[in-house]
Amino acid sequence: MRALVWHGKHDIRCDTVPDPAIEQPRDAIVKVTACAICGSDLHLYDGFMPGMKNGDIMGHEFMGEVVEVGSENHRLKKGDRVVVPFTIICGECDQCKRGYFSVCERSNRNKEMADKVFGHATAGLFGYTHLTGGYPGGQAEYVRVPCADASAVKIPDGLTDEQVLFLGDIFPTGWQAAVQCDIEPTDTVAIWGAGPVGQFAIRSAVLLGAKQVVAIDHVPERLDMARAGGAITINFDEESVLERLKELTHGKGPEKCIDAVGLEAHATRSIDSLYDRAKQAVMLETDRPHVLREMMYVCRPAGTLSVPGVYGGLLDKIPFGAFMNKGLTMRTGQTHVNRWTDDLLRRIQEGQIDPSFVITHRVGLEEGPGMYKTFRDKQDGCIKVVLRP
Amino acid sequence: MTCAAPISAGSAETLARGLGWFSIALGALELAAPRTLADTLGMKDREHLIAGYGAREIATGVGILAASDPAPWIWARVGGDVLDFGTLAAGLSTENPRRGSVFVALATVMTVAGLDVFCAQSLAMNRRVAGQRPRQDYSRRSGWPQPPAAMRGAARDFDVPRDMRTPDALRPYPPN
Repeated sequence: MRALVWHGKHDIRCDTVPDPAIEQPRDAIVKVTACAICGSDLHLYDGFMPGMKNGDIMGHEFMGEVVEVGSENHRLKKGDRVVVPFTIICGECDQCKRGYFSVCERSNRNKEMADKVFGHATAGLFGYTHLTGGYPGGQAEYVRVPCADASAVKIPDGLTDEQVLFLGDIFPTGWQAAVQCDIEPTDTVAIWGAGPVGQFAIRSAVLLGAKQVVAIDHVPERLDMARAGGAITINFDEESVLERLKELTHGKGPEKCIDAVGLEAHATRSIDSLYDRAKQAVMLETDRPHVLREMMYVCRPAGTLSVPGVYGGLLDKIPFGAFMNKGLTMRTGQTHVNRWTDDLLRRIQEGQIDPSFVITHRVGLEEGPGMYKTFRDKQDGCIKVVLRP
Repeated sequence: MTCAAPISAGSAETLARGLGWFSIALGALELAAPRTLADTLGMKDREHLIAGYGAREIATGVGILAASDPAPWIWARVGGDVLDFGTLAAGLSTENPRRGSVFVALATVMTVAGLDVFCAQSLAMNRRVAGQRPRQDYSRRSGWPQPPAAMRGAARDFDVPRDMRTPDALRPYPPN
């Protein structure tokens, strides 16, 4: 089969690789009908996440048709149409039972390695380093889905691939980011990053009833899309984020702040980001936490920081004094996708939202490597790429 | 020097990164062993200058690797090449027993300067091409069936899970 394969930093190719096969009784093999490039894939493309190996298959946002099931998978059958969440879950461990699917205790098959790096292992993820199990990803024609009976979301007839594809990651991720804020009708929610997750966080915050939602970015097309979703926008190239947020909140700061940027904050728009980039270049720091610093500084005391943006390692110069003295709450984590999928699928079916609004590019798998660069460089108005294997 | 053949943006960035690391390596050498380099070039009175050039090389190297647009830093390298050329040219005097080494160093500086100019121009050309693309209009892509104001609070039926709720003490005071 064909798949997008990681060969090194900035080196992703469309290769021919062996087809996957059933390995465990709860597995399923899914023929991929649509998949996407996620912003967090760019951290692998740019070489910022440790644990990738030459030959790893990329991708963790995908859906398709079940073509084979294991002997103990009684929930799925051949021909089912499914969206596969990016988190691999057993559905049986303590964390899964509590709904903390992204820290499933059993799905990461490289637990020892992850224990050493993070203290305790997190869930297995598709196509996202060997720290999360080294599972082949979904930017491919076929994927083996471990424990598919627990995770795969069956899709009813009448919905297109593009309407439901993002149930596997970015829609629930934006939703969880907003839910973690426990939004009040009096809240201002400031969202850093108007990429795909930021766009869904904006819409989730609006749906959940925030008084005002503010989106911070500098790419004109992303800001246009954010405004279309109901956000007030701040272009950080043109105005001070701190001053504008103060102005919008009568000097008090936003009650809720969401970091939809993560470890690759823009490197040249602030002194601290330049400092981070220089340290990254000489391998003295792994992440660029400009957004975390800004959120801790600007958030209203006793406010909440929600961090769906991915961080990978060691961060420097965090204003923890501000964080502690202001009594802020921070909620983080990879998304517990299956916790939200039923509710979000219902909202899509009812027409409350059509997630396909975010798609800007549709290409075949063989054009995937080029689209990584287009997406990374935010060229051609690229916000979300969907690949059709 | 003009850009003979444009290269892709990715190749230009790779070349820039290579020049960045070269800059840091050369700078480290100049800082670590200025006397040895001065002796090799027959310019014993220029040790401090060579060490200073080393610091400059490291600064531009880090700048190239750190910046999202390395072009200005590559042009800074070109400026440094001119300084290097001028300094080395002064060592071409017939009284310098190490003239041969100076010729080799000059040839190296000219080659690297050519690469620097080529790289800076390629980066600028690629950036110009990217900047000329028309802006896409996403101002109608809301994803909503109705205007945003009508959708505000449409999901208030959602029950925030207990583990993600704000503690009561941190909630806003109820309206009077």
